Amino acid sequence: MPELNLTSAPAHLRHGSNIGQPLTRRDGVLKVKGQATYAADNHPPGMLYAVMAVAGISRGRVTSLDVAAAKRHPGVVDVMTSDHKPELAIDPEIKTNPFVFRMEVLQSNEVRYANQPIAVVIAETLEAATEGAALLAPRYETLPALVGLDAGDSFVPPVVGVGNPTENHRGDVEAGLASAEKQIDAIYETPPQYHNAMEPHAIVASWDGDKLSVDMPTQGLMLSLARIAELFGIAHDKIHIRSPFLGGGFGSKGLMAGPQTLGIMAAKLIGKPVKLVVRREQMYGPVGHRAPTRQRLRIGADGEGRLTALDHHARTVSSTFDDFYEPAADASHTLYAAPAIRTSHDAVRVNTGTPLFMRAPGEATGSIALESAIDEMAWACGIDPLAFRLKNYAEVEPITGKPFSSKALRACYEQGAARFGWAKRPLQPRQMRDDAGLLVGWGMGTATFPALMFQAEARAVLRRDGSGAMEIGAHDMGQGAWTALAQIAADELGLDIDSVEFKAGSSDLPDAGIAGGSAHTATAGAAIHNAGAAVIAKLADLATNDERSPLFAAGNAGVIARDGRLIRRDDESRGESYSEILARAGLAEVEARGTGAPNPAAMEEYAMHAHGAVFAEVKVDPELGQVRVTRMVGAFAAGRIVNPRMVQSQLFGGMIWGLSFALHEEAITDRRSGRIMNANLGEYHIPVNADVPPLDVITVEEHDPHVNALGIKGVGEIGITGSAGAVANAVWHATGVRVRRFPIRIEELLTQI
Amino acid sequence: MKPFDYFRPGTVAEAVVAAAQPGASYLAAGTNLLDLMKGGVSRPDRLVDVTHLDGLDQIERLADGGVRIGALVSNADLAHDADFAKSYPAVAEALLSGASAQLRNAATVGGNLLQRTRCAYFYDTASRCNKREAGSGCDARDGENRTHAVLGWSENCIATHPSDFCVPLVALDAIVEIEGRNGRREIALDELHRLPGDTPERETAFEPGDLVVAVRLPPAARGFAAHARYLKVRDRTSYAFAVVSAAAALQIENGKIREARLALGGVAAKAWRARAAEDVLRGVAPTVAAFQEAARRALTDAKPSGDNAFKIELARRIVVRALSLAAAGTPARIPALPASPFASTSGAIHA
Repeated sequence: MPELNLTSAPAHLRHGSNIGQPLTRRDGVLKVKGQATYAADNHPPGMLYAVMAVAGISRGRVTSLDVAAAKRHPGVVDVMTSDHKPELAIDPEIKTNPFVFRMEVLQSNEVRYANQPIAVVIAETLEAATEGAALLAPRYETLPALVGLDAGDSFVPPVVGVGNPTENHRGDVEAGLASAEKQIDAIYETPPQYHNAMEPHAIVASWDGDKLSVDMPTQGLMLSLARIAELFGIAHDKIHIRSPFLGGGFGSKGLMAGPQTLGIMAAKLIGKPVKLVVRREQMYGPVGHRAPTRQRLRIGADGEGRLTALDHHARTVSSTFDDFYEPAADASHTLYAAPAIRTSHDAVRVNTGTPLFMRAPGEATGSIALESAIDEMAWACGIDPLAFRLKNYAEVEPITGKPFSSKALRACYEQGAARFGWAKRPLQPRQMRDDAGLLVGWGMGTATFPALMFQAEARAVLRRDGSGAMEIGAHDMGQGAWTALAQIAADELGLDIDSVEFKAGSSDLPDAGIAGGSAHTATAGAAIHNAGAAVIAKLADLATNDERSPLFAAGNAGVIARDGRLIRRDDESRGESYSEILARAGLAEVEARGTGAPNPAAMEEYAMHAHGAVFAEVKVDPELGQVRVTRMVGAFAAGRIVNPRMVQSQLFGGMIWGLSFALHEEAITDRRSGRIMNANLGEYHIPVNADVPPLDVITVEEHDPHVNALGIKGVGEIGITGSAGAVANAVWHATGVRVRRFPIRIEELLTQI
Repeated sequence: MKPFDYFRPGTVAEAVVAAAQPGASYLAAGTNLLDLMKGGVSRPDRLVDVTHLDGLDQIERLADGGVRIGALVSNADLAHDADFAKSYPAVAEALLSGASAQLRNAATVGGNLLQRTRCAYFYDTASRCNKREAGSGCDARDGENRTHAVLGWSENCIATHPSDFCVPLVALDAIVEIEGRNGRREIALDELHRLPGDTPERETAFEPGDLVVAVRLPPAARGFAAHARYLKVRDRTSYAFAVVSAAAALQIENGKIREARLALGGVAAKAWRARAAEDVLRGVAPTVAAFQEAARRALTDAKPSGDNAFKIELARRIVVRALSLAAAGTPARIPALPASPFASTSGAIHA
């Protein structure tokens, strides 16, 4: 049988009419019409409503709940408490793998953080369940809360992020600092932030014997399924999770959370389908957040403005009962060519829900500190911030010495700077004013995010009617997976996109891996690529082994799949349609599976990152201290762009998030109680349209033969990095005031400008 | 949510009788009340829905030159009434700087006056709040109080009144018409909201059953139209309450200020009329020096109630800026970003 390996012969990809096209969202009309069914839109017959009661204290014990009062309330069916609940198959405190985080599912009466679930009221209506929860009137034994970055003794965690070493170094940092002509030693603080996806965490759970049906937004269908199976002691094939649409996740829906588990428990307790939707204010606790940081950067540079050392230390917090450490200092590993780099972390434990992955975890917090510090050093050296960055451009990854798989950052700098008009920037701060007398400042930051890959599988089908199907349990969080992955599928199958039945968002499909780490398109795309190649190979086998086919014996030359036909690579006039091949073979369809996975050999050899350069203009009122961003340009190199429209949207979103990071976002925590005092979208400020200036995104051409077969790097998270620092640096350039505590508040400028 | 009775009265008199019962609360647009009910902050037994009462949604020009605004006129309708906006530009600008377009479409004049504080401790039922539960204590006093009061506060309460609308209204001597159990009466808006003192739970001069039926601006209010501005500094450009705001209105004749009006928002439990500042401006030239003196007078009694000393300095600067803007003259059109120091930046076409 001839070997046909279309994976290593991606010729047909270049002919693809789908990848690279700015298609609009295929699910857009559904969403506009309100016909896209989100989890909480499901109402199976007999469904009851569950509402969580959550802790009003952040440390202590629940001593009483007035369950009787709640149960007396008309419509209330039952109250699930630590004394009255279905037993789980496994203690939720047991961490069975590093991706399992402890959750509060009424396993005890201990309170570890504010807004921790302490009971669940199940009722015939949402209103009755809500009032039942209010009637529980919990009483507590309250202990002093641990709050803030100085809450207790610090310690060095064993790892940060997902298994990253806590400390890294290359070269002699102290010697590098000692030899430096210029030194920066500065401390930056970032606040706790919450994901605040528009769609809150929600679940509709139905049990049928030992079979469980779940509607739930998740960024990780299979991780959630495995966790449910473990918690409830049921086989994987007894569980079906549907998650066709997420109203955003940003990392908070990556892992099974306590509230969703409580929904399944409530359905089990009551023997009926149950819906549980987390209230907005309840999202500030049990579903993760971005931990606060305090980062110290010590940087040295020689007389020419070349870095001699970079020392980045980050203090963060984790919960009192679990471990996740924002890997902020790791942001200094990849960008600037310091001969000596050290990064380190320590932490304190506080009464908070465990912090988790939030869009660019570590990269976002670390980037604003690093980019601010680099800006400070450029100024100390008297060098333009862009020139300074180019002077310290990393030709190899500084912390490892590895070459980059691709790095078009120079082009990003050039194109972004040109579009922005950076060359006209005065070196000195506080030199520019607009016609109205507002101070104007220009700042920049470098963006970077690792090009990650996880593991995924896809199933491809070609049918005798000329259509195809691609099945993969992928996740559309609003980023456009329904569209971008279908574009890849269409090209791999050599079909028009409308001839491909693309299935995703359900746990009965092949595992697409987690939609996180900006790796979903790359990971799921690779699986789709290989599944498509495999099914085309099967089809080609049928043709090239059949002497009745015009493709007979074309094996050595190879065939190309295009427009529903296979054609000879060496003679495009010879070919036939999929339908003809399948009809002659007497087959209704052929199917094949393919997997996508990182390539360990390539990862060993290369550092793989997306890059970008962000330029921002701010205006500052010189008397009132109010800051607004008036212009932003971001140029990003992220490998192959599957759908330019969606990529642009992702990058816009990231840049807005960066603006928000620099100027707006902060969870305000009461220093005594540990309660979040602005746990709502009215007071937890994210930018409104009027705060967001016209944004300009440039996607810079970048070909990467090493990251994966399709050359895709992620675009979901990189936009935050660089952007936050660019805004902060622009504020300095406008005012001459360096604010190192974020978000930048009116009062910090008011007293200094 | 707590079950409640819903009553839709046919007349104002019926409404007053119904709302005078203990546990009753008026419902207009509900842009604040429904949130409070969902959060368990307000737990009324009975809602008296006044939105269907006749005759409360008119903007009437009065024969004496004043204007009478029905309590059910929406914020958006009032702000977009061309004649009203021309006559009382600072009021229109304040309205358009408040909340969001959606909320302004719903929110009413009467409801705006009676909205509750945005103090986070008032909203957080796990915290102590003397407003929510008299005598329970004030967790804001030593808490996260960056945005709290710097004028007129007491140890029992440091909350502010969040209204933008009330700030120019107080400056322009607005009068509130009230229908109560003893018939119709009226009081100055400046007298409507009480400072907290020892009884922060008593926020207004209202008696049970009292219903705002209209807000009136006296004839003199129109005299400031040529020099009237509202300026609001906030942490984002729209859908945010004022950190500090000011309404400034001047009558300028022959290069001198004939009369000045000044009120501050976001600084106290009521829109804060700064009469001492007005007094020093009367008869002087509209100069920055004069405005700085006015600002000093306006904040003489200010003191921080927590981590908010900056608000005093900010308020001084806002007073100077608002008076300067007013002196420069009311713009022909309300800026795209109403009341913002950034009236013309960022290409925004609306807030």
